[in-house]
Amino acid sequence: MHFNGYKREHGPAGIRNHVIVLPTIGCINELASEIASKVKGAVPLLHNHACIRLGPDLSRARKTLVGIGINPNIHSVLLVGIGCESITAEELAEEILPYKRVEAVTIKKEGDYNSALEKGVAVLRKLVRISSEVERKKCDIADLTVGIKCGGSGSVSAIASNPATGQAADLLVEKGGRVIFSETAELIGAEHVLAGRAIDKTVREKLLNCVDHMKREIADYGVDILGSEPTKGNIAGGLTTIEEKSLGAIIKGGNSPLVGVLEYGEKPSSPGLYFMDGTTQASQLFLGMFAAGAQIQVFSFGGGLPARFRGLPSYPSGIPVFPVIKVLGNPEDVEEREYFDIYAGDIISGEVSVKEVGESIFNEFIKVASGKMTVTESRTGYQELLQIYANGLLM
Amino acid sequence: MKKAIMINKDDNVATVLKSVKKGETIAVISTDNKVIKNIEAVKEIAAGHKIAVNSINKGETVIKYGESIGTATDRIDQGTHVHVHNVRSKVKYGD
Repeated sequence: MHFNGYKREHGPAGIRNHVIVLPTIGCINELASEIASKVKGAVPLLHNHACIRLGPDLSRARKTLVGIGINPNIHSVLLVGIGCESITAEELAEEILPYKRVEAVTIKKEGDYNSALEKGVAVLRKLVRISSEVERKKCDIADLTVGIKCGGSGSVSAIASNPATGQAADLLVEKGGRVIFSETAELIGAEHVLAGRAIDKTVREKLLNCVDHMKREIADYGVDILGSEPTKGNIAGGLTTIEEKSLGAIIKGGNSPLVGVLEYGEKPSSPGLYFMDGTTQASQLFLGMFAAGAQIQVFSFGGGLPARFRGLPSYPSGIPVFPVIKVLGNPEDVEEREYFDIYAGDIISGEVSVKEVGESIFNEFIKVASGKMTVTESRTGYQELLQIYANGLLM
Repeated sequence: MKKAIMINKDDNVATVLKSVKKGETIAVISTDNKVIKNIEAVKEIAAGHKIAVNSINKGETVIKYGESIGTATDRIDQGTHVHVHNVRSKVKYGD
């Protein structure tokens, strides 16, 4: 099976062909934004990295910035730096260069803001014009990596949107693609089920260690997670305990064997289904999946108030280079369906099967990968800063 | 008749697909849409919430997906709303 994508010299094909302006640190977001605003089609990816990060958080930020740069959806990168930051433009350029074209402007080298702006705009215009010559070509579906997250969970999530999304995930894995799902807190109470599908002892133990680590942290924190896991919204939707939420949440990854456990932003090394050790917060998690090379994200939605304020699904538009396919599961929210790409609510009424909706989600992978705009891509306006995940001491 | 879906044959709860009123009879169905039994709702239950398919004793495991989702903190009669007021998580944190 094929899609029409952008072949890359190094690595899998992209489904979009963006030229991005990537600041090395949040302090220089304004310059990056101003440079991008003067060049048609360029996308500024402003983010929250700062020198307050230490050790593992600093190294995660570095890997994430490099991962953003080398994602297949990116044609080329303009780095915008200062010269005094913890991760410099030169360091990032060196790591991105083996994969794709990368340029850098820094305040240190250009002397001041205005000179850096002028140089940045000139370089960026060149990159955008080069990118415009790349055409879509027939690519193997095995090139695709899809990141999956659920949201607005209620009891119906596990009956409609999650199993249909899982079905689509299984179809992609069958065809040689890669699927990543995550949310470590939402493995608690269901870890034995997913561990039972691990391909070997190493993967099984790595998965169980992620959950044990999280449980120890919760114990050390000395709090009751009820109200966060499940959230008040989840409880209103009928979910009673973390076990129940987790058992329903893991359905979104499908039934394929679990071939690996990844760190935040880590690339899957071979085809199949992967679990990423990561947060449940949408924008931080999706960024980790994008940095791991995923070209498409799926947001499997239950329903309730989160489906109604229309804003929540715009979290992922914080990564405008990472198309999101939004699936709505709850028929009680049917009037919101135009804000979603796929409606799975008819499963509840028995009008369609999980298999049928799963197939439409899979077909949507191919359509979106070949250039079809998602609902979120068609929206403009509000955009969030990218949130690079941190879980340690911040200065 | 309104339906409640029982995901696994070993479950003692089912998910109500449409809100039901007190005294309403509900068909408990399997995932392949076969009627397993009819039960009466003891109180009103909102869509997406759980109903006890059998009576569950205090301290007994509440089962959904064929797996434990917690412990009953009270006796739960058949047809009762099963939620945070009568179920507690079994997960232990720390040693």
